[in-house]
Amino acid sequence: MKWVLLSIVVAATVASDLLQSYQMKRGGEQTADARGLVRLLRRIAHNTYLILSIVCLAFSFFAFMALVQKEPLSFAVPASAASFIVETVLAKLLLKEHIGLRRGSGALLVLCGIILLAR
Amino acid sequence: MRVTHARRRLKVRSKLLRAYVLLAAFLALRAFGNLSLAWGTKHLSGALNGNPLAFGLALLDPYVALAIAMLILALLVRMALLSVADLSFVLPMTAVGYAISALFGKVFLHEDVSPQRWLGIALILAGVAMVGTTSESKTSSE
Repeated sequence: MKWVLLSIVVAATVASDLLQSYQMKRGGEQTADARGLVRLLRRIAHNTYLILSIVCLAFSFFAFMALVQKEPLSFAVPASAASFIVETVLAKLLLKEHIGLRRGSGALLVLCGIILLAR
Repeated sequence: MRVTHARRRLKVRSKLLRAYVLLAAFLALRAFGNLSLAWGTKHLSGALNGNPLAFGLALLDPYVALAIAMLILALLVRMALLSVADLSFVLPMTAVGYAISALFGKVFLHEDVSPQRWLGIALILAGVAMVGTTSESKTSSE
């Protein structure tokens, strides 16, 4: 059961972030002042993919809650950090982001840090 | 020629600055949101045992309600951040949040931070410093 929940957490997080990143980069720069946030809410309401990304986020949130209810946090946090790797790889393959040596190795250091922190 | 070059550099600078302002706003909102959530749920009278009613009542707690408002705002700010920066930039940079949470846990909630956790925090900060030297968006510009 814990692997099922973990897979839901990771898959839902990855789907949510990829959708959000792809959609947010398409519509031009978004500001976060009061007017910008109202515009963003309107943008979400009219964009099926952004709504879907938030649904995915909700799935990942509730699956994570169910996971930590049974499993220790020291398993749940580093295990769900697997989404970090999957997302970085898919950002390169699907979103065509250029991940150089510095960004890639920095991301790996961060991942090691998260795993240590969660123990 | 020289003027357009300078202008373009200025534009890039300010875009980078905006990305960092959004990043700082997101980190602050999420850190204080999580702190408020931890504080609020720890002081609730009943336990959160998967009972929908208990979750509904928890929402009436001012700290929990404030936390949820801040976390929703954090989500929106992160989406704005994704409009100016790469996902592969945002992911490691927002991991600073893990370090901030550990520090907040120690300072405000008096939780223990073991040497191994300090090492984890150091690795995250080193990784973030490394990613921070790369351009925030290598795909959308030009």
